Amino acid sequence: MNQLTRWFSRNLVRIYACVGFAYLFLPIIYTFAFSFNNSTKSNLVWVGFTWNNWRNPCGAPDICNALGNSLKIGVLATFLATILGTLMAFAMGRYAFKGRPIINILIFLPMATPEIVMGASLLTMFISFGFNPGFWTIVIAHVMFCISFVVVTVKARIASLDPRLEQAAMDLYANERETFRRVTLPLVAPGIAAAALLAFSLSFDDFVITNFNSGDVNTFPKFVYISAQRGLPPQANVIGSSMFLIALIIVLLGQFVGRRRAGVR
Amino acid sequence: MVGASFSVHGDLTLTNLTKNFGEFVAVNDLNLVIPEGSFFALLGPSGCGKTTTLRMVAGLEESSSGSIAIGTADITYEKPYRRPVNTVFQNYALFPHLSIYENVAFGLRRRGVKDVDAQVQKALELVELTHLAARKPNQLSGGQQQRIALARAIVNRPALLLLDEPLGALDLKLRRAMQIELKWIQTEVGITFVHVTHDQEEAMTMADTIAVMNEGEIEQMGSPADLYDNPRTSFVANFLGQSNLIMGSIIGGSGREKVVDIFGSKIALPVSRNHAHDSSVLLGIRPEKIRIAAAGSSMYGNILQGGVVSDASYIGVSTQYQVEMPWGQELMVFEQNDDGTPPLAKGDPVVISWEPIFTFGLPGDQDAGAGSEANPDSE
Amino acid sequence: MSTALLHTGSQERKALISKKKLLPYWLLAPGIVWLIIFFLVPIYQLISTSTQTQGNGIGTYVQTYRFANFIDAITSSKGQLFRSFEYAFLATTFALIISYPLAYAVAFKSGRWKNTLLVLVVAPFFCSFLLRTVAWEQILGEQGLVIKTLRVLHIIGAQGHLTATPFAVVAGLTYNFLPFMTLPLYASLERIDIRMMEASGDLYANAIATFRKVTLPLSLPGVVAGTLLTFIPAAGDYINAELLGNPGTKMIGNVIEARYLEIVDYPGAAALSLILMVSILILVMAYVKRSGTEELV
Repeated sequence: MNQLTRWFSRNLVRIYACVGFAYLFLPIIYTFAFSFNNSTKSNLVWVGFTWNNWRNPCGAPDICNALGNSLKIGVLATFLATILGTLMAFAMGRYAFKGRPIINILIFLPMATPEIVMGASLLTMFISFGFNPGFWTIVIAHVMFCISFVVVTVKARIASLDPRLEQAAMDLYANERETFRRVTLPLVAPGIAAAALLAFSLSFDDFVITNFNSGDVNTFPKFVYISAQRGLPPQANVIGSSMFLIALIIVLLGQFVGRRRAGVR
Repeated sequence: MVGASFSVHGDLTLTNLTKNFGEFVAVNDLNLVIPEGSFFALLGPSGCGKTTTLRMVAGLEESSSGSIAIGTADITYEKPYRRPVNTVFQNYALFPHLSIYENVAFGLRRRGVKDVDAQVQKALELVELTHLAARKPNQLSGGQQQRIALARAIVNRPALLLLDEPLGALDLKLRRAMQIELKWIQTEVGITFVHVTHDQEEAMTMADTIAVMNEGEIEQMGSPADLYDNPRTSFVANFLGQSNLIMGSIIGGSGREKVVDIFGSKIALPVSRNHAHDSSVLLGIRPEKIRIAAAGSSMYGNILQGGVVSDASYIGVSTQYQVEMPWGQELMVFEQNDDGTPPLAKGDPVVISWEPIFTFGLPGDQDAGAGSEANPDSE
Repeated sequence: MSTALLHTGSQERKALISKKKLLPYWLLAPGIVWLIIFFLVPIYQLISTSTQTQGNGIGTYVQTYRFANFIDAITSSKGQLFRSFEYAFLATTFALIISYPLAYAVAFKSGRWKNTLLVLVVAPFFCSFLLRTVAWEQILGEQGLVIKTLRVLHIIGAQGHLTATPFAVVAGLTYNFLPFMTLPLYASLERIDIRMMEASGDLYANAIATFRKVTLPLSLPGVVAGTLLTFIPAAGDYINAELLGNPGTKMIGNVIEARYLEIVDYPGAAALSLILMVSILILVMAYVKRSGTEELV
């Protein structure tokens, strides 16, 4: 008995963590399981196992159109936000200049503003300038709220860089451009990759701002939200599960590559 | 010989070199000539300006005024990558994303040198790490990283190699081995080495010439033996090894020797080692130069009577005594344990003496304690 | 190579320095312009819209500087406003209680599994936010196993629900923003030198005292960042209230959304948005000031 309580108290944090992970993953497991459900209309009750949904993920009307839009928007927004944000991160992480505190606030504000406020105000502006919301307004909005997250992520990486590495490159006859290309950029690259991944998942997952600025363009979160009212088709679970698995593989692969690059065996 | 050399070479000349960080003067009007091919050490406590000087020579810090030249070429405002100067950084700064081979090849590739492969191999052979070429820096031990940093710098055959506390991160045993190896490599490649350190033993082991720096200025420059035996300032006397400094006044003497009165005893001081401006003098003697014996023993040379042992520590090769003198000052005496006599005990009355040629004289207005708190060897 | 060692003229150097001084501005320019046009200008428009009144026809408004819009907005939806902060506060508290041990376990108790566990903490984030919320709705819903089990065990009566309750909304908010809490907590815990905790133990502190006097204070920046990153989106959220709640659990986000997209009352919606934004900013400032953390970004 005494031994049992001692084991319990020693492993309390671990046990708690296991419960925490179970809580985190319960809906994911549920989503994954119900992607194999042989349901016809609403995917609420377990009917039976089938591969059909995975064989034909576009089976539900409009779902692949929405997914395609989300992917296109995600790639475009990630590309633009990563470039703009990385440039800003270098300015913030490397230079002392006038107006820095104001810029810092401007970068922080979008992260501190509720999505609904950003979405609504952006729609107000588009309407007042006679802009019809659609594909490009979504891209613009996504770039806007992703920039700050990119800046913060890349800046952290730049800040953790040993300045002596760049000095060593300069000392070894690399001029500014070569130093940047051969030393700074390769060392900051993992941070940029992480920022891009973050931007993509923020964009792909966004519903609130998109809902305001999308007009009649459908995206995957919008599809889920609208069909949730009358019952989600199992194909949505298929797509959600595969996005989850793909992202997981990318991150684990990234970790593996990062470790090999650092030379840890 | 390793690497393709530069055509710029010659002595390194620093003229009126000054660096201010706001109000703080890090380097103050430094004038220094470092002869080509020498192993030169800049020695001083942390914050004395030695690293700033090094960084200005490397081009990593811009001087506030003054100039830096190698031979006849002025490099004061030259970009770091256009100077025939390479640095072995503190903590080495090896590129973590490149293999050992690519680290060493980095400078050669930037300069567009041909036969990179042969030169990298030679450099790796020099530091005996050819078998590690494919590894990443993280997979190497501290000592191996140190050698790679060295190979990466000397493969370029610079006119000048700067070493910024290169052995600071290594343990004592490895440090000793690397000191000998560095000295050997310097002789082998014949490049001017400028070595910055706070470790006086490291500087003395390796360098031909040492400049002792304090508060942005050079206190004294010379060979290790010269600095140790004939210090000109109390800072040098205390920072480089340990010294007994006793207040006295010059009361006479001939052309070769001055006679100094310290609390009633007459002490001979060679004129060549007297740096006092007037009769007021801080008389110096190194602890290991002093002989010690029970009171009443016969002594010769400079003799001081009336001491009492206040502390004795036996440390194997020698015994270290604290001797309290009649005027209240405690003197340090290191006695070799080589004559079979039993060590003296605390409370024993003693007489001490030393050869007059070992005496040195410093200006009497200097602080007798200067530099001792910066010396890691003294308590 | 020696020919390259020419003295760079002082004129040229000055030009170089001034070019260097402009460089950060060039780097910042594209991103800043983007943020100004698509963030600041809209916020300005929002402010301007908030004092307009209905003109001729639906959707057209004229600037009348009617500040009473704010009073109208507050009086008509103060219930939802307070509920938003209440739910956000509760969700943040629960998220902190759940995340801290989780982050602690990953940082200190996971050994060589650390990186894998860290990925697992973020992993739910990779699955669509809406899908996860819908999953919760179905797990806890009328057809789900949980409610049936609870009814069989008589923990909940035949008429009791789990969904469409305030409990479900807070649980949904807690769940959805959990990674925002866990990651900053982990980042600050991971930075703590484990020797400090050992030193505390060496100096006669038991496990609880070590946690209270050493670990917790050192992880405070993570607590501040995590609570902010959870509280802000939770206060403005309306998805959880929509999917997991009932008409009595509507939050301020639901009201703003409805006024914009259904009622088309732009001034009222703008006024409410501003009230939400300003109250969040005030709360955040006060909180940050109290916790003494300056560096937010």
